[in-house]
Amino acid sequence: MAKVVLQADVARDFAGGQTEHEILADNIRQVIKQLEVAFPGIAQRLSERTAVAVDGEIFQDPFLQSVQPHSEVYFLPMIDGG
Amino acid sequence: MGKEETQFDKTKPSVNSNGYRVVGTRPIRPDGIEKVTGRANFGADCNLPGMLTGCIVRSPHAHAKILSIDTSKAMKLAGVKAVVTAADFPELSPKHRGAGESPVSFRDMSRNIMARDKALYDGHAVAAVAATTPAIAQAAAALIEVKYKVLPHVLDAREAMKPKAPVLHDDIFTKGVDPKPSKASNVAQRYEFSLGDIDAGFASADVTVEHDFTSQCVHQGYIEPHACVASTTEDGMATVWASSQGQFMVRNYCATVCGMDISKIRVLPAEIGGGFGGKTVVYLEPIAILLSKKSGKPIKIVMNREDVFRATGPTSGGHAWVRIGAKKDGTMVAGELVMEYEAGAFPGSPVHLGCMTGFAPYTIANSKSVGFDVVVNRPKAAAYRAPGAPIAAFAVESAIDILAKKLEMDPIALREKNAAREGTQAAYGPKFQKIGFIETLEAAKNHPHYSIPLGPNQGRGVASGFWFNIGGESSAAVHVNEDGTVDVVTANPDIGGSRASMGIMAAEVLGIDVSRVKPIVADTASSAYSMLTGGSRVTFAVGQAVCLACDQVVAQLCERAAKIWDIEVSDVEWLAGSAVNRKSGKAGSLSLAEIANVAGKTGGPISGQSSSDVQGAGPGFGTHICDVEVDPETGRTTVIRYTAIQDVGTAIHPSYVEGQLQGGAAQGVGWALNEEYIYDDLGRLQNGGFLDYRVPVASDLPMIDTVLVEVPNPNHRFGVRGVGEVPIVPPLAAVANAVSAAAGTRMADLPISPPKLLAAMDAK
Repeated sequence: MAKVVLQADVARDFAGGQTEHEILADNIRQVIKQLEVAFPGIAQRLSERTAVAVDGEIFQDPFLQSVQPHSEVYFLPMIDGG
Repeated sequence: MGKEETQFDKTKPSVNSNGYRVVGTRPIRPDGIEKVTGRANFGADCNLPGMLTGCIVRSPHAHAKILSIDTSKAMKLAGVKAVVTAADFPELSPKHRGAGESPVSFRDMSRNIMARDKALYDGHAVAAVAATTPAIAQAAAALIEVKYKVLPHVLDAREAMKPKAPVLHDDIFTKGVDPKPSKASNVAQRYEFSLGDIDAGFASADVTVEHDFTSQCVHQGYIEPHACVASTTEDGMATVWASSQGQFMVRNYCATVCGMDISKIRVLPAEIGGGFGGKTVVYLEPIAILLSKKSGKPIKIVMNREDVFRATGPTSGGHAWVRIGAKKDGTMVAGELVMEYEAGAFPGSPVHLGCMTGFAPYTIANSKSVGFDVVVNRPKAAAYRAPGAPIAAFAVESAIDILAKKLEMDPIALREKNAAREGTQAAYGPKFQKIGFIETLEAAKNHPHYSIPLGPNQGRGVASGFWFNIGGESSAAVHVNEDGTVDVVTANPDIGGSRASMGIMAAEVLGIDVSRVKPIVADTASSAYSMLTGGSRVTFAVGQAVCLACDQVVAQLCERAAKIWDIEVSDVEWLAGSAVNRKSGKAGSLSLAEIANVAGKTGGPISGQSSSDVQGAGPGFGTHICDVEVDPETGRTTVIRYTAIQDVGTAIHPSYVEGQLQGGAAQGVGWALNEEYIYDDLGRLQNGGFLDYRVPVASDLPMIDTVLVEVPNPNHRFGVRGVGEVPIVPPLAAVANAVSAAAGTRMADLPISPPKLLAAMDAK
């Protein structure tokens, strides 16, 4: 099971404040799908404004990035720059 | 030794100490001659037959309801061809959101470009007019009658958070709080990032420091004001010439804001006279398109400096409270940061990035960062190098300076003890891969600057900083010409030397001299999509695309050589710009030019194209040392020495990289010492020009020394990390720590202007 961590504000808005979740999935799309089943409405938020870090590497606008059984997945705000 | 063997010997690569032939060298910039001779075309340089001048009518009020707009008198003026107001723009719903470098609300963007119901800041556009001459356009703008109901305004984040503050938007309900609010407020969102147990962390600390810090919103300060020309035709097509950080960004934003198909807009990039994040949005282009549609003529709109200050994005000002707990040996065990950032008139300050970056350079087991995104009656904040990070670093790095003094530790040694390394869990969650922070601290400690004795009234400050860096969607095409020269086509405006770095990387992969490579910045009809130039992504991400396109070219060159030699391609190797025949007993070589010269006989044009979503940007860290001298009579601060040290991955063109470090440091010094917006009691900007808004000029600064630490990014062919964001993160605290040491009192409110410093020294 991958360790999936939501931002505190997203967790507060959709997941009753629970930031850490254990999810079995092959990629980010499946992670989001499973989160949506548990917390309706969260998929829209996570698909709009969110980057994701999988095992330390940050992906902007994530969708199909691979997730391993022991991966650490952090949903983060999208990162921009000057 | 036979002739063929001699040729073969000549193809042995000759490399520099970094292992590369071209990467790391300093060729003359490809755009240099055009720019220094004044031939380069910037946004305002485009002129078309029959072109009209556009002029914007701006709100004189910081916060006002727009009751009516009467354009009839303006339209009657001879020479006036068109007027637009918000009524001419499609009404976009809040669901219109875009992705890209930064998520945007197109509804807010449209209302920022042209006020719809309310003017939300002094300078907010409320109407625009097009006329045959600039003088007529200005006269017509003065004839547009706007009736306002002036509303109370608020400029400061903490004031805007108070219960009785004037509310800018009745549809903002704070996200990220529980319970969900039922009453609209100016707080758009609360962000929180936590690690470990913050209470237990502080309970275990031997020493705790805490402090409040304030910084003002500052402008990016690019020299070239916003400018564009738009020309539309009867078939609904629009062509836009614009100075921006991304021609595809301009195309996409204009299409949505104007309600057009993307394919009906072509954007040609002008040269850009600075952006620093401030040109990652559009202000004028959609207005010019609509004026052109109405008038049937090309429209040019150019901002003056006052327009730039009144109506374009500064970065946020904000407040930060920080607390750090440590053991007696300097081990930091807990850190807490609470910040409020001014977003300007619409949500979207970079406070979340401040929360993520503040403690990122350090290994702290227990941390909590909370940020509030607060709307106020100022121009909507736009990106500025490492958005959000400098304010957070100002607070955290100042607190570390206070902690070092309390522990009687050297400030670099304290940072070294707690520095993030590969495998450290960052305060925002993920673990770092290969990073080079500790190397910057070692370089700082060993730099001669750090041991130069200080004189009377002088002080030394140290600060560090972090930025993520990004990649993103990137495209490149590489075309081999008949004579063996090579065109490298990308679609990102060259702000920080991307032409040079693309040319160098192409030359390295192809194995040819960089003078044989011509880098070209293409328009939206001449290249596949690329995200904008920003976030220090181009050398990394577009550079990867260039390398991949060059790989395709090399593969084709080897295939052609195999055909010429009538051997298998597996027997051909590309080495130092030539195909080498490895087939036993048939040694020989063909140069790129020789193969290109007969391309028509061996299969036609040779070219490569790469489009991908490049990821794996390596984070950047920097450490700065600043020496200042303060004048106890006047409160003036003079920066007498400054050294910027940064892990830059691999410097493709070191001169440009050094320039990025020097530029970021200079902007940070201005942020720390001089820059701020001055408003009157009615919320009207009083210093909308470079005479009164004081950015540092050359005579204000010493020569800024740089040290390029090179810890290659393992995710890039040549080890590139973005370099343009990090250099503005440490300076605020480096300067403030130096001034505090020189003055003998903690300076926690930026800018540290002479009156403020004098008052603080007098109050000691």
